[in-house]
Amino acid sequence: MMKPQLVLGIETSCDETGIGLVETGRGLLAHRVFSQIDMHAAYGGVVPELASRDHVRRIVPLIRETMLAAGRELSELDAIGYTTGPGLAGALLVGASVAESLALALDVPAIPIHHLEGHLLSPMLSSEPPTFPFVALLVSGGHTQLMRVGGVGDYALLGESVDDAAGEAFDKTAKLLGLPYPGGPILSKLAGQGEAGKFKLPRPMKNSGDLMFSFSGLKTAVLTATQKADFTPERIPDLAAEFQEAVVDVLCAKARAALAQTGLSQLVVAGGVGANSRLRERLRREIGKRGGKVFFPELEYCSDNGAMIAFACAMRIEAGKAAAATGGAFAVRPRWPLAEIS
Amino acid sequence: MKILALETSTELASIALSLDGQIIQTRLSSPPAHSATLLPEIRQLLAGQGLALTALDGIACGIGPGAFTGVRLACSVAQGLALGTDLVVHPVCSLLALAEAMNAREVYCAMDARMGEVYVAAYRREATGWVEVITPCCVAPDAAPLVPEGCWLGAGNAFAAYPALGEHLQSRVRVPDVACVPDAASIARLAGQIPGVDPALVAPLYVRDRVAQTVAERLANGGRA
Repeated sequence: MMKPQLVLGIETSCDETGIGLVETGRGLLAHRVFSQIDMHAAYGGVVPELASRDHVRRIVPLIRETMLAAGRELSELDAIGYTTGPGLAGALLVGASVAESLALALDVPAIPIHHLEGHLLSPMLSSEPPTFPFVALLVSGGHTQLMRVGGVGDYALLGESVDDAAGEAFDKTAKLLGLPYPGGPILSKLAGQGEAGKFKLPRPMKNSGDLMFSFSGLKTAVLTATQKADFTPERIPDLAAEFQEAVVDVLCAKARAALAQTGLSQLVVAGGVGANSRLRERLRREIGKRGGKVFFPELEYCSDNGAMIAFACAMRIEAGKAAAATGGAFAVRPRWPLAEIS
Repeated sequence: MKILALETSTELASIALSLDGQIIQTRLSSPPAHSATLLPEIRQLLAGQGLALTALDGIACGIGPGAFTGVRLACSVAQGLALGTDLVVHPVCSLLALAEAMNAREVYCAMDARMGEVYVAAYRREATGWVEVITPCCVAPDAAPLVPEGCWLGAGNAFAAYPALGEHLQSRVRVPDVACVPDAASIARLAGQIPGVDPALVAPLYVRDRVAQTVAERLANGGRA
Protein backbone atom coordinates (compact mmCIF):
# COMPACT_ATOMS: atom_id res chain seq x y z
CA MET A 1 0.00 0.00 0.00
CA MET A 2 1.17 3.50 -0.87
CA LYS A 3 2.45 5.55 2.05
CA PRO A 4 0.32 8.65 2.78
CA GLN A 5 1.06 11.37 0.26
CA LEU A 6 1.27 14.99 1.36
CA VAL A 7 0.03 17.16 -1.52
CA LEU A 8 0.09 20.94 -1.88
CA GLY A 9 -2.49 22.50 -4.22
CA ILE A 10 -2.10 25.89 -5.92
CA GLU A 11 -4.99 27.72 -7.61
CA THR A 12 -4.51 31.03 -9.47
CA SER A 13 -6.83 30.73 -12.48
CA CYS A 14 -8.75 33.97 -11.93
CA ASP A 15 -9.12 36.40 -9.03
CA GLU A 16 -8.49 34.14 -6.05
CA THR A 17 -5.12 32.92 -4.83
CA GLY A 18 -5.84 29.56 -3.21
CA ILE A 19 -3.49 27.16 -1.42
CA GLY A 20 -4.52 23.80 0.05
CA LEU A 21 -2.75 20.93 1.77
CA VAL A 22 -4.18 17.40 1.60
CA GLU A 23 -2.85 14.10 2.90
CA THR A 24 -4.13 10.92 1.29
CA GLY A 25 -6.05 8.86 3.79
CA ARG A 26 -6.64 11.91 5.99
CA GLY A 27 -8.12 14.54 3.72
CA LEU A 28 -7.71 18.29 3.94
CA LEU A 29 -5.21 19.50 6.53
CA ALA A 30 -5.37 23.27 5.89
CA HIS A 31 -6.17 25.79 3.20
CA ARG A 32 -6.03 29.54 2.64
CA VAL A 33 -7.71 31.75 0.04
CA PHE A 34 -7.08 35.38 -0.76
CA SER A 35 -9.86 36.96 -2.80
CA GLN A 36 -9.10 39.98 -5.01
CA ILE A 37 -12.78 41.02 -5.22
CA ASP A 38 -12.20 44.36 -3.45
CA MET A 39 -9.36 45.27 -5.81
CA HIS A 40 -11.38 44.54 -8.97
CA ALA A 41 -14.56 46.19 -7.66
CA ALA A 42 -13.29 49.65 -8.61
CA TYR A 43 -12.92 48.43 -12.20
CA GLY A 44 -16.37 46.82 -12.39
CA GLY A 45 -14.90 43.41 -13.17
CA VAL A 46 -11.75 41.32 -13.13
CA VAL A 47 -8.78 43.03 -14.80
CA PRO A 48 -6.57 40.11 -15.91
CA GLU A 49 -3.26 41.98 -15.64
CA LEU A 50 -4.04 43.19 -12.11
CA ALA A 51 -5.12 39.68 -11.13
CA SER A 52 -1.75 38.29 -12.28
CA ARG A 53 0.12 40.99 -10.38
CA ASP A 54 -1.71 40.26 -7.17
CA HIS A 55 -1.06 36.50 -7.34
CA VAL A 56 2.70 37.25 -7.28
CA ARG A 57 2.23 39.26 -4.06
CA ARG A 58 0.06 36.69 -2.27
CA ILE A 59 1.29 33.27 -3.24
CA VAL A 60 4.41 32.81 -1.08
CA PRO A 61 2.85 34.11 2.17
CA LEU A 62 -0.25 31.95 1.57
CA ILE A 63 1.85 28.81 1.03
CA ARG A 64 3.68 29.50 4.28
CA GLU A 65 0.46 30.21 6.20
CA THR A 66 -1.10 26.98 4.95
CA MET A 67 1.92 24.87 5.93
CA LEU A 68 2.09 26.57 9.32
CA ALA A 69 -1.64 26.02 9.95
CA ALA A 70 -1.17 22.30 9.29
CA GLY A 71 2.06 22.14 11.30
CA ARG A 72 3.91 20.62 8.34
CA GLU A 73 7.14 21.51 6.52
CA LEU A 74 7.58 22.04 2.79
CA SER A 75 10.31 19.39 2.91
CA GLU A 76 7.63 16.80 3.81
CA LEU A 77 5.67 17.36 0.55
CA ASP A 78 5.31 14.42 -1.85
CA ALA A 79 3.76 16.34 -4.75
CA ILE A 80 2.48 19.75 -5.83
CA GLY A 81 -0.71 20.07 -7.87
CA TYR A 82 -1.52 23.31 -9.64
CA THR A 83 -4.28 24.65 -11.85
CA THR A 84 -2.96 24.70 -15.40
CA GLY A 85 -6.27 25.76 -17.00
CA PRO A 86 -8.81 26.86 -17.99
CA GLY A 87 -8.54 30.45 -16.80
CA LEU A 88 -6.68 33.71 -17.35
CA ALA A 89 -3.32 32.97 -18.99
CA GLY A 90 -1.22 35.42 -16.98
CA ALA A 91 -2.85 34.44 -13.69
CA LEU A 92 -2.40 30.73 -14.39
CA LEU A 93 1.24 31.28 -15.24
CA VAL A 94 2.05 32.65 -11.78
CA GLY A 95 0.74 29.55 -10.01
CA ALA A 96 2.34 27.25 -12.57
CA SER A 97 5.74 28.98 -12.26
CA VAL A 98 5.80 28.83 -8.47
CA ALA A 99 4.48 25.24 -8.38
CA GLU A 100 6.96 23.92 -10.94
CA SER A 101 9.98 25.71 -9.48
CA LEU A 102 9.08 24.79 -5.90
CA ALA A 103 8.66 21.18 -7.02
CA LEU A 104 12.09 21.29 -8.69
CA ALA A 105 13.64 22.70 -5.52
CA LEU A 106 12.00 20.01 -3.36
CA ASP A 107 12.60 17.25 -5.93
CA VAL A 108 8.93 16.21 -6.00
CA PRO A 109 6.58 15.96 -8.99
CA ALA A 110 4.54 19.00 -10.11
CA ILE A 111 1.17 17.80 -11.40
CA PRO A 112 -1.03 19.97 -13.66
CA ILE A 113 -4.70 19.88 -12.63
CA HIS A 114 -7.81 20.93 -14.59
CA HIS A 115 -9.65 23.68 -12.71
CA LEU A 116 -13.08 22.14 -13.30
CA GLU A 117 -11.91 18.73 -12.15
CA GLY A 118 -11.04 20.45 -8.88
CA HIS A 119 -14.58 21.86 -8.69
CA LEU A 120 -16.41 18.69 -9.59
CA LEU A 121 -14.48 16.54 -7.12
CA SER A 122 -14.80 19.15 -4.35
CA PRO A 123 -18.04 17.68 -2.85
CA MET A 124 -15.91 14.62 -2.04
CA LEU A 125 -14.10 16.78 0.52
CA SER A 126 -17.25 16.76 2.66
CA SER A 127 -17.99 14.33 5.49
CA GLU A 128 -20.69 12.59 3.40
CA PRO A 129 -19.11 12.31 -0.03
CA PRO A 130 -20.82 10.94 -3.16
CA THR A 131 -19.49 7.77 -4.80
CA PHE A 132 -18.72 7.24 -8.49
CA PRO A 133 -20.52 7.31 -10.86
CA PHE A 134 -22.52 10.54 -10.62
CA VAL A 135 -23.82 13.44 -12.68
CA ALA A 136 -22.04 16.75 -12.05
CA LEU A 137 -23.66 20.13 -12.61
CA LEU A 138 -20.86 22.70 -12.87
CA VAL A 139 -22.26 26.19 -12.48
CA SER A 140 -19.97 29.17 -12.14
CA GLY A 141 -19.21 32.54 -13.71
CA GLY A 142 -17.25 30.77 -16.44
CA HIS A 143 -19.10 27.50 -16.96
CA THR A 144 -22.49 25.81 -17.04
CA GLN A 145 -22.00 22.13 -17.83
CA LEU A 146 -23.52 18.77 -17.08
CA MET A 147 -21.01 15.91 -16.98
CA ARG A 148 -21.23 12.19 -16.39
CA VAL A 149 -18.43 11.36 -13.96
CA GLY A 150 -17.48 7.68 -13.99
CA GLY A 151 -14.33 8.04 -11.88
CA VAL A 152 -11.20 10.17 -11.62
CA GLY A 153 -10.43 11.34 -15.16
CA ASP A 154 -13.59 9.76 -16.62
CA TYR A 155 -15.65 12.79 -17.60
CA ALA A 156 -18.22 12.82 -20.43
CA LEU A 157 -19.89 16.09 -21.38
CA LEU A 158 -23.70 15.74 -21.43
CA GLY A 159 -24.57 19.36 -22.15
CA GLU A 160 -23.43 22.95 -21.65
CA SER A 161 -24.36 26.57 -22.23
CA VAL A 162 -24.29 27.75 -25.82
CA ASP A 163 -23.67 31.33 -24.67
CA ASP A 164 -23.40 32.90 -21.18
CA ALA A 165 -22.63 30.78 -18.14
CA ALA A 166 -25.26 30.92 -15.38
CA GLY A 167 -22.99 32.92 -13.08
CA GLU A 168 -22.15 35.28 -15.92
CA ALA A 169 -25.89 35.85 -16.50
CA PHE A 170 -26.26 36.73 -12.81
CA ASP A 171 -23.33 39.19 -13.00
CA LYS A 172 -24.41 40.83 -16.26
CA THR A 173 -28.02 41.15 -15.13
CA ALA A 174 -26.87 42.69 -11.85
CA LYS A 175 -24.78 45.19 -13.81
CA LEU A 176 -27.68 46.27 -15.99
CA LEU A 177 -29.79 46.71 -12.85
CA GLY A 178 -27.08 49.06 -11.59
CA LEU A 179 -25.93 46.79 -8.74
CA PRO A 180 -22.30 47.08 -7.63
CA TYR A 181 -19.61 44.45 -8.44
CA PRO A 182 -19.61 41.51 -7.82
CA GLY A 183 -23.23 41.62 -8.86
CA GLY A 184 -24.25 37.95 -8.85
CA PRO A 185 -24.28 37.40 -5.07
CA ILE A 186 -25.90 40.82 -4.51
CA LEU A 187 -28.62 39.95 -7.04
CA SER A 188 -29.29 36.67 -5.21
CA LYS A 189 -29.58 38.52 -1.93
CA LEU A 190 -32.08 40.99 -3.43
CA ALA A 191 -34.03 38.07 -4.90
CA GLY A 192 -34.56 36.82 -1.35
CA GLN A 193 -36.44 40.07 -0.59
CA GLY A 194 -38.65 39.88 -3.67
CA GLU A 195 -41.32 37.60 -5.05
CA ALA A 196 -41.01 35.55 -8.21
CA GLY A 197 -43.96 35.66 -10.61
CA LYS A 198 -44.60 39.40 -10.40
CA PHE A 199 -42.63 39.66 -13.64
CA LYS A 200 -42.75 37.07 -16.41
CA LEU A 201 -39.35 36.04 -17.72
CA PRO A 202 -38.68 33.18 -20.18
CA ARG A 203 -37.12 29.81 -19.21
CA PRO A 204 -34.68 29.54 -22.13
CA MET A 205 -34.27 26.06 -23.65
CA LYS A 206 -36.07 24.44 -20.71
CA ASN A 207 -37.99 22.20 -23.07
CA SER A 208 -35.36 21.88 -25.78
CA GLY A 209 -35.24 18.12 -25.37
CA ASP A 210 -31.49 18.11 -24.84
CA LEU A 211 -29.12 19.11 -22.01
CA MET A 212 -27.97 22.39 -23.50
CA PHE A 213 -28.44 25.78 -21.82
CA SER A 214 -28.75 29.39 -22.96
CA PHE A 215 -28.81 32.33 -20.58
CA SER A 216 -27.93 35.38 -22.66
CA GLY A 217 -31.55 36.01 -23.71
CA LEU A 218 -32.62 36.16 -20.09
CA LYS A 219 -30.63 39.29 -19.35
CA THR A 220 -32.11 40.92 -22.46
CA ALA A 221 -35.57 40.06 -21.12
CA VAL A 222 -34.63 41.72 -17.83
CA LEU A 223 -33.47 44.82 -19.72
CA THR A 224 -36.80 44.94 -21.60
CA ALA A 225 -38.70 44.68 -18.30
CA THR A 226 -36.79 47.62 -16.85
CA GLN A 227 -37.63 49.75 -19.89
CA LYS A 228 -41.39 49.41 -19.44
CA ALA A 229 -43.33 52.42 -18.15
CA ASP A 230 -44.54 50.71 -14.97
CA PHE A 231 -41.04 49.74 -13.85
CA THR A 232 -39.70 51.45 -10.72
CA PRO A 233 -36.48 50.78 -8.77
CA GLU A 234 -38.62 49.52 -5.87
CA ARG A 235 -39.56 46.54 -8.06
CA ILE A 236 -35.94 45.40 -8.51
CA PRO A 237 -36.22 42.71 -5.77
CA ASP A 238 -39.25 41.18 -7.53
CA LEU A 239 -37.43 41.24 -10.87
CA ALA A 240 -34.33 39.72 -9.25
CA ALA A 241 -36.46 36.97 -7.70
CA GLU A 242 -38.07 36.16 -11.05
CA PHE A 243 -34.67 36.16 -12.77
CA GLN A 244 -33.23 33.81 -10.17
CA GLU A 245 -36.28 31.56 -10.40
CA ALA A 246 -35.94 31.38 -14.18
CA VAL A 247 -32.27 30.30 -13.94
CA VAL A 248 -33.01 27.82 -11.15
CA ASP A 249 -36.00 26.38 -13.09
CA VAL A 250 -33.82 25.64 -16.08
CA LEU A 251 -30.91 24.24 -14.04
CA CYS A 252 -33.27 21.96 -12.09
CA ALA A 253 -35.07 20.71 -15.19
CA LYS A 254 -31.83 19.90 -17.00
CA ALA A 255 -30.27 18.27 -13.93
CA ARG A 256 -33.32 16.02 -13.57
CA ALA A 257 -33.18 15.17 -17.26
CA ALA A 258 -29.47 14.34 -17.00
CA LEU A 259 -30.11 11.90 -14.16
CA ALA A 260 -32.96 10.31 -16.13
CA GLN A 261 -30.84 10.05 -19.26
CA THR A 262 -27.86 8.44 -17.51
CA GLY A 263 -29.91 6.31 -15.12
CA LEU A 264 -27.85 7.66 -12.21
CA SER A 265 -29.23 8.82 -8.86
CA GLN A 266 -26.49 11.10 -7.49
CA LEU A 267 -26.15 14.72 -8.56
CA VAL A 268 -23.05 16.68 -7.57
CA VAL A 269 -23.27 20.47 -7.81
CA ALA A 270 -20.05 22.47 -7.99
CA GLY A 271 -18.89 25.99 -8.80
CA GLY A 272 -19.70 29.42 -7.43
CA VAL A 273 -23.43 29.35 -8.33
CA GLY A 274 -23.63 26.15 -6.27
CA ALA A 275 -23.60 28.47 -3.25
CA ASN A 276 -27.00 29.92 -4.30
CA SER A 277 -29.43 28.92 -1.55
CA ARG A 278 -32.52 28.88 -3.78
CA LEU A 279 -30.77 26.49 -6.21
CA ARG A 280 -29.73 24.25 -3.30
CA GLU A 281 -33.23 24.18 -1.87
CA ARG A 282 -34.97 23.42 -5.18
CA LEU A 283 -32.49 20.74 -6.27
CA ARG A 284 -32.65 18.99 -2.89
CA ARG A 285 -36.43 18.91 -3.00
CA GLU A 286 -36.88 17.93 -6.63
CA ILE A 287 -34.11 15.35 -6.88
CA GLY A 288 -35.01 13.95 -3.43
CA LYS A 289 -38.64 13.52 -4.53
CA ARG A 290 -37.44 11.23 -7.32
CA GLY A 291 -35.29 9.09 -5.02
CA GLY A 292 -32.03 10.79 -5.97
CA LYS A 293 -29.52 12.55 -3.78
CA VAL A 294 -27.79 15.90 -4.27
CA PHE A 295 -24.29 16.67 -3.03
CA PHE A 296 -22.98 20.19 -2.63
CA PRO A 297 -19.47 21.23 -1.68
CA GLU A 298 -19.17 23.00 1.65
CA LEU A 299 -19.84 26.71 0.99
CA GLU A 300 -16.17 27.63 1.39
CA TYR A 301 -15.24 25.26 -1.48
CA CYS A 302 -17.83 26.62 -3.92
CA SER A 303 -15.69 29.53 -5.04
CA ASP A 304 -12.15 28.99 -6.34
CA ASN A 305 -9.75 27.53 -3.77
CA GLY A 306 -6.55 25.53 -3.46
CA ALA A 307 -8.06 22.78 -1.32
CA MET A 308 -9.95 21.35 -4.29
CA ILE A 309 -6.80 21.40 -6.44
CA ALA A 310 -4.76 19.61 -3.76
CA PHE A 311 -7.62 17.14 -3.34
CA ALA A 312 -8.00 16.44 -7.08
CA CYS A 313 -4.23 16.00 -7.31
CA ALA A 314 -4.23 13.56 -4.38
CA MET A 315 -7.08 11.58 -5.98
CA ARG A 316 -5.13 11.39 -9.23
CA ILE A 317 -2.03 10.14 -7.40
CA GLU A 318 -4.10 7.48 -5.61
CA ALA A 319 -5.73 6.45 -8.89
CA GLY A 320 -2.33 6.19 -10.60
CA LYS A 321 -3.44 8.93 -13.00
CA ALA A 322 -0.99 11.73 -12.20
CA ALA A 323 0.46 13.32 -15.34
CA ALA A 324 3.93 12.14 -16.36
CA ALA A 325 6.95 14.23 -15.35
CA THR A 326 8.06 16.86 -17.86
CA GLY A 327 11.46 17.74 -16.42
CA GLY A 328 10.15 21.17 -15.49
CA ALA A 329 8.75 22.17 -18.88
CA PHE A 330 5.30 23.64 -18.41
CA ALA A 331 2.56 25.50 -20.26
CA VAL A 332 -0.76 26.89 -19.15
CA ARG A 333 -4.01 26.08 -20.97
CA PRO A 334 -6.39 29.05 -20.79
CA ARG A 335 -8.94 27.10 -22.86
CA TRP A 336 -9.09 23.44 -21.99
CA PRO A 337 -12.26 21.34 -22.34
CA LEU A 338 -12.71 19.02 -19.36
CA ALA A 339 -13.76 16.17 -21.61
CA GLU A 340 -10.23 16.21 -23.11
CA ILE A 341 -8.60 14.93 -19.93
CA SER A 342 -8.38 11.29 -18.94
CA MET B 1 29.49 32.94 -3.89
CA LYS B 2 27.37 30.67 -6.07
CA ILE B 3 24.43 32.44 -7.70
CA LEU B 4 21.86 31.23 -10.22
CA ALA B 5 20.54 34.12 -12.33
CA LEU B 6 17.42 34.32 -14.51
CA GLU B 7 16.48 36.96 -17.08
CA THR B 8 13.27 36.52 -19.08
CA SER B 9 12.03 40.08 -19.57
CA THR B 10 12.45 39.95 -23.36
CA GLU B 11 12.10 37.34 -26.11
CA LEU B 12 15.83 36.60 -25.69
CA ALA B 13 15.90 34.94 -22.31
CA SER B 14 18.95 33.52 -20.55
CA ILE B 15 20.10 31.87 -17.36
CA ALA B 16 23.56 31.97 -15.79
CA LEU B 17 25.58 30.56 -12.95
CA SER B 18 28.12 32.67 -11.13
CA LEU B 19 30.66 30.43 -9.40
CA ASP B 20 32.90 32.67 -7.32
CA GLY B 21 32.99 35.22 -10.12
CA GLN B 22 33.24 32.79 -13.03
CA ILE B 23 30.11 33.13 -15.19
CA ILE B 24 28.53 30.39 -17.28
CA GLN B 25 25.53 31.50 -19.34
CA THR B 26 22.90 29.60 -21.35
CA ARG B 27 20.57 31.36 -23.76
CA LEU B 28 17.06 29.95 -24.06
CA SER B 29 15.81 29.22 -27.55
CA SER B 30 12.52 30.89 -28.41
CA PRO B 31 9.99 29.73 -29.49
CA PRO B 32 8.85 27.70 -27.58
CA ALA B 33 7.65 29.89 -24.71
CA HIS B 34 10.21 30.50 -21.95
CA SER B 35 8.05 28.44 -19.55
CA ALA B 36 8.79 25.34 -21.63
CA THR B 37 12.56 25.74 -21.45
CA LEU B 38 13.46 27.72 -18.32
CA LEU B 39 13.39 24.96 -15.67
CA PRO B 40 14.80 22.17 -17.90
CA GLU B 41 17.73 24.48 -18.81
CA ILE B 42 18.29 25.33 -15.13
CA ARG B 43 18.47 21.61 -14.31
CA GLN B 44 20.93 21.07 -17.13
CA LEU B 45 23.11 24.05 -16.22
CA LEU B 46 23.36 22.91 -12.60
CA ALA B 47 23.94 19.27 -13.56
CA GLY B 48 26.72 20.34 -15.92
CA GLN B 49 28.58 21.79 -12.94
CA GLY B 50 27.67 18.89 -10.66
CA LEU B 51 25.74 21.32 -8.46
CA ALA B 52 22.51 20.90 -6.52
CA LEU B 53 20.23 23.90 -5.99
CA THR B 54 20.96 23.61 -2.27
CA ALA B 55 24.65 24.28 -2.95
CA LEU B 56 23.80 27.81 -4.12
CA ASP B 57 24.08 30.96 -2.01
CA GLY B 58 21.22 32.76 -3.72
CA ILE B 59 18.98 33.21 -6.75
CA ALA B 60 19.09 36.42 -8.80
CA CYS B 61 16.39 37.50 -11.21
CA GLY B 62 15.76 40.31 -13.64
CA ILE B 63 12.61 42.00 -12.34
CA GLY B 64 11.98 44.18 -15.38
CA PRO B 65 10.81 46.46 -16.71
CA GLY B 66 9.97 44.36 -19.74
CA ALA B 67 7.23 42.03 -20.95
CA PHE B 68 4.79 41.66 -18.01
CA THR B 69 4.48 37.92 -18.40
CA GLY B 70 8.23 37.55 -18.82
CA VAL B 71 9.16 39.43 -15.66
CA ARG B 72 6.53 37.51 -13.71
CA LEU B 73 8.01 34.24 -14.95
CA ALA B 74 11.51 35.12 -13.67
CA CYS B 75 10.16 36.46 -10.37
CA SER B 76 7.78 33.54 -9.75
CA VAL B 77 10.39 30.92 -10.61
CA ALA B 78 12.92 32.68 -8.37
CA GLN B 79 10.29 32.69 -5.61
CA GLY B 80 9.57 28.98 -5.95
CA LEU B 81 13.23 27.95 -6.13
CA ALA B 82 14.16 30.12 -3.14
CA LEU B 83 11.14 29.06 -1.08
CA GLY B 84 12.02 25.39 -1.52
CA THR B 85 15.70 25.83 -0.71
CA ASP B 86 15.60 28.54 1.97
CA LEU B 87 17.66 30.85 -0.24
CA VAL B 88 17.36 34.60 -0.68
CA VAL B 89 16.55 36.31 -3.97
CA HIS B 90 18.58 39.20 -5.41
CA PRO B 91 16.11 41.28 -7.46
CA VAL B 92 17.93 43.15 -10.22
CA CYS B 93 16.49 45.84 -12.49
CA SER B 94 16.64 44.58 -16.07
CA LEU B 95 17.69 48.02 -17.35
CA LEU B 96 20.63 48.02 -14.93
CA ALA B 97 21.59 44.61 -16.34
CA LEU B 98 21.63 46.21 -19.77
CA ALA B 99 24.05 48.89 -18.49
CA GLU B 100 26.23 46.24 -16.85
CA ALA B 101 26.59 44.46 -20.20
CA MET B 102 28.05 47.60 -21.82
CA ASN B 103 31.71 48.36 -21.72
CA ALA B 104 31.09 51.95 -20.68
CA ARG B 105 31.05 54.21 -17.66
CA GLU B 106 27.82 56.04 -18.51
CA VAL B 107 24.95 54.14 -20.11
CA TYR B 108 21.54 55.34 -21.30
CA CYS B 109 19.30 52.24 -21.40
CA ALA B 110 16.13 52.16 -23.48
CA MET B 111 13.92 49.16 -24.17
CA ASP B 112 10.81 49.00 -26.36
CA ALA B 113 7.78 49.15 -24.06
CA ARG B 114 5.32 48.76 -27.01
CA MET B 115 2.23 50.97 -27.33
CA GLY B 116 4.44 53.82 -28.58
CA GLU B 117 6.47 54.04 -25.38
CA VAL B 118 9.93 53.18 -24.10
CA TYR B 119 11.35 52.05 -20.77
CA VAL B 120 14.40 54.19 -20.02
CA ALA B 121 16.94 54.60 -17.24
CA ALA B 122 20.50 55.95 -17.06
CA TYR B 123 23.38 54.75 -14.92
CA ARG B 124 26.92 55.91 -14.13
CA ARG B 125 29.57 53.44 -13.01
CA GLU B 126 31.46 54.69 -9.92
CA ALA B 127 34.21 52.99 -7.94
CA THR B 128 31.58 51.76 -5.47
CA GLY B 129 29.17 50.47 -8.13
CA TRP B 130 26.41 51.80 -10.36
CA VAL B 131 24.67 55.08 -9.57
CA GLU B 132 21.16 55.65 -10.95
CA VAL B 133 21.11 58.97 -12.82
CA ILE B 134 17.62 58.52 -14.30
CA THR B 135 15.17 56.29 -12.44
CA PRO B 136 13.40 53.71 -14.66
CA CYS B 137 10.36 55.25 -16.29
CA CYS B 138 7.96 54.62 -19.16
CA VAL B 139 7.65 57.53 -21.58
CA ALA B 140 7.04 58.48 -25.21
CA PRO B 141 10.36 58.35 -27.14
CA ASP B 142 10.42 62.11 -27.71
CA ALA B 143 9.75 62.76 -24.01
CA ALA B 144 12.60 60.63 -22.66
CA PRO B 145 14.43 62.39 -19.81
CA LEU B 146 17.73 63.99 -20.81
CA VAL B 147 21.01 63.16 -19.10
CA PRO B 148 23.65 65.69 -17.99
CA GLU B 149 26.68 66.35 -20.21
CA GLY B 150 28.98 63.36 -20.28
CA CYS B 151 30.04 60.42 -22.37
CA TRP B 152 26.78 58.47 -22.57
CA LEU B 153 26.46 55.26 -24.52
CA GLY B 154 22.99 54.25 -25.65
CA ALA B 155 21.89 50.63 -25.22
CA GLY B 156 18.72 48.73 -25.94
CA ASN B 157 16.25 47.84 -28.68
CA ALA B 158 14.18 51.03 -28.28
CA PHE B 159 16.76 52.95 -30.32
CA ALA B 160 16.00 50.71 -33.32
CA ALA B 161 12.23 50.59 -32.71
CA TYR B 162 11.87 54.36 -32.29
CA PRO B 163 14.31 56.50 -34.33
CA ALA B 164 12.69 59.52 -32.64
CA LEU B 165 14.39 58.50 -29.39
CA GLY B 166 17.89 58.77 -30.86
CA GLU B 167 17.02 62.11 -32.46
CA HIS B 168 15.62 63.38 -29.17
CA LEU B 169 18.77 62.39 -27.24
CA GLN B 170 21.24 62.99 -30.08
CA SER B 171 23.53 65.57 -28.59
CA ARG B 172 23.97 63.70 -25.32
CA VAL B 173 23.99 59.98 -26.21
CA ARG B 174 26.37 58.47 -28.74
CA VAL B 175 25.86 55.69 -31.28
CA PRO B 176 23.76 53.14 -29.49
CA ASP B 177 24.13 49.37 -29.39
CA VAL B 178 20.64 48.59 -30.60
CA ALA B 179 20.86 44.79 -30.50
CA CYS B 180 21.59 44.58 -26.80
CA VAL B 181 19.07 43.02 -24.37
CA PRO B 182 19.40 42.38 -20.63
CA ASP B 183 21.06 39.02 -19.98
CA ALA B 184 21.45 36.67 -17.05
CA ALA B 185 25.25 36.97 -16.98
CA SER B 186 24.86 40.65 -16.12
CA ILE B 187 22.17 39.85 -13.56
CA ALA B 188 24.58 37.34 -11.97
CA ARG B 189 27.43 39.89 -11.86
CA LEU B 190 25.16 42.49 -10.25
CA ALA B 191 23.70 40.11 -7.66
CA GLY B 192 26.53 40.72 -5.21
CA GLN B 193 25.77 44.46 -5.16
CA ILE B 194 22.06 44.00 -4.42
CA PRO B 195 20.95 42.68 -1.02
CA GLY B 196 19.13 39.36 -1.07
CA VAL B 197 15.49 39.38 0.08
CA ASP B 198 12.98 36.81 1.27
CA PRO B 199 11.09 35.25 -1.70
CA ALA B 200 7.80 36.73 -0.42
CA LEU B 201 9.25 40.20 -1.10
CA VAL B 202 10.25 39.62 -4.72
CA ALA B 203 8.22 42.03 -6.83
CA PRO B 204 8.33 42.70 -10.56
CA LEU B 205 9.27 46.25 -11.54
CA TYR B 206 6.52 46.94 -14.06
CA VAL B 207 7.04 50.73 -14.24
CA ARG B 208 3.89 50.85 -16.39
CA ASP B 209 1.42 50.71 -13.54
CA ARG B 210 -1.73 52.07 -15.11
CA VAL B 211 -3.15 49.09 -16.97
CA ALA B 212 -6.91 49.74 -16.73
CA GLN B 213 -9.39 52.51 -16.04
CA THR B 214 -11.63 52.37 -12.99
CA VAL B 215 -15.39 52.68 -13.43
CA ALA B 216 -15.17 56.23 -12.08
CA GLU B 217 -12.49 57.12 -14.66
CA ARG B 218 -14.46 55.58 -17.53
CA LEU B 219 -17.56 57.53 -16.52
CA ALA B 220 -15.56 60.76 -16.16
CA ASN B 221 -14.24 60.24 -19.69
CA GLY B 222 -17.76 59.87 -21.05
CA GLY B 223 -17.57 56.08 -21.26
CA ARG B 224 -19.83 53.40 -19.83
CA ALA B 225 -19.61 51.72 -16.42
